[in-house]
Amino acid sequence: MLTPLIQVLEAVGTYLLLLRRIFTGLLQWRLYYQLWTQEFLIIGRDSIFLVVIIAFFVGAVTTVQTAYQLVSPFIPKSTIGAIVSTSSILELAPTITSLVLAGRIGSNIASQIGSMRVSEQIDALEVMGLNSATYLILPKLLAGLLAFPVLVIYSCVISHLGGIVAGTFTGAVNPTQFGIGARSFFEDFQIVFMLIKAVTFGFIIVTVSAYQGYYVRGGALEVGAASTKAVVISSLLILVADYVLAQLLL
Amino acid sequence: MSELRIANIRKHFGQQEVLKGISFTFEPARVNMIIGPSGCGKTVLLKCIVGLIKPDVGEVYYGPINFHKATSEQRRQILKNLGMLFQSSALFDSMTVGENVAFPMRIFTNSSELEIRDRVAYCLERVGLRGVEDKYPAQLSGGMKRRVGLARAIVLNPKYLFCDEPNSGLDPLTSRRIDELIQQLTEDFHTTTIVVTHDMRSVQILGDKILFLYEGEAIWKGTRQQLKEAPLETFPPQLRAFLQASGLYM
Repeated sequence: MLTPLIQVLEAVGTYLLLLRRIFTGLLQWRLYYQLWTQEFLIIGRDSIFLVVIIAFFVGAVTTVQTAYQLVSPFIPKSTIGAIVSTSSILELAPTITSLVLAGRIGSNIASQIGSMRVSEQIDALEVMGLNSATYLILPKLLAGLLAFPVLVIYSCVISHLGGIVAGTFTGAVNPTQFGIGARSFFEDFQIVFMLIKAVTFGFIIVTVSAYQGYYVRGGALEVGAASTKAVVISSLLILVADYVLAQLLL
Repeated sequence: MSELRIANIRKHFGQQEVLKGISFTFEPARVNMIIGPSGCGKTVLLKCIVGLIKPDVGEVYYGPINFHKATSEQRRQILKNLGMLFQSSALFDSMTVGENVAFPMRIFTNSSELEIRDRVAYCLERVGLRGVEDKYPAQLSGGMKRRVGLARAIVLNPKYLFCDEPNSGLDPLTSRRIDELIQQLTEDFHTTTIVVTHDMRSVQILGDKILFLYEGEAIWKGTRQQLKEAPLETFPPQLRAFLQASGLYM
């Protein structure tokens, strides 16, 4: 009865200890800077295409569906722009983007670190006197904390664009009306909120996935399982954090 | 040459006692072998000696310093003087052969790129590899990976060289070549070499000083000469059975 609870508490404790370990034992900034730039390219640049495609269609679909629901002639068409814009900034851009990236980046991080664990590469780093947690995870974390907000900003801009294109093609709302609507409900804090979400979700994805990979035991099968677990747990925690942030900050 | 000594090493995994109070003094500048059947605790003992596993009880002394109670600076100095060849070679997949061998130099020294390149070329040549600097580990055979692992282990001119099952998974000819390399490197670099193996052919070639483990206990300590010349009946029954099973001693 208590065993699953104890296992969860043990996992949380190990995760927190790993977080502490990540921030101790920096050896040479030069080494970490090179790794950081590599990771930034992997997490950031290599995800842009996927983010752009998804954001464009999310914006387009949201516009079409909002127009479908707003059938009353008393509601101005600019309302579509307001709803799509606010939804994109507050929810769609940070959350949908992060859920997609949890699949792409989370599984990549977990399988990469997991493979290093089972092939003794992490042991080799430790024998060389390196703090393997810092060496392997910190550059990914720093890259993620910077890349996620950038990707979410891209996503937000492109989803607006998708909304405008879909609105124009379907005749639901023209770009001018969309723009008026988007500006009418806009507050600066929405952008701050979006970026806070992006940083939080980036932190969750990188650290949870790294944790799953770092403590994997066994062989290729277990690495695959850790990779799947990383995606599932990251996605769940993103949704929980999404709710908590909305409750706390809005 | 600082003496390497272990005293009363004990280790449990759950209820199972894997190492039962092992003490041994390794012969400086010689090849020391830890032998025994699979699952007898050889690799666990090796990992305790290099600091990858903390023993429950017992001490590991590098010269006068107790490794598991050393300050971080003392530990760093010990690790700087320690090279290790892993069973799986543990080469970093994302790096070329040259970068793998250069890696410890980049961590521990401020050598220039030219010095690093020269040293890498020298170490690769010492293990009989030329022109492979730009290849990736995935492009190498098992024997070549093991040799690159050896080159990485000796790049900092270590005082202690640890080899975990250096012949596992290799054909007899390549195994012999690896054994000869270990012997040569020990003589040329005056390292205190510790080899973990269950391959009695290696013991016949390398073992200057031998520790036989059985079910976590040190059953027999001696030299290659004693192993070869003493009558079989004088050995403990576990070692006798092991020697007979190897097919080299009837």
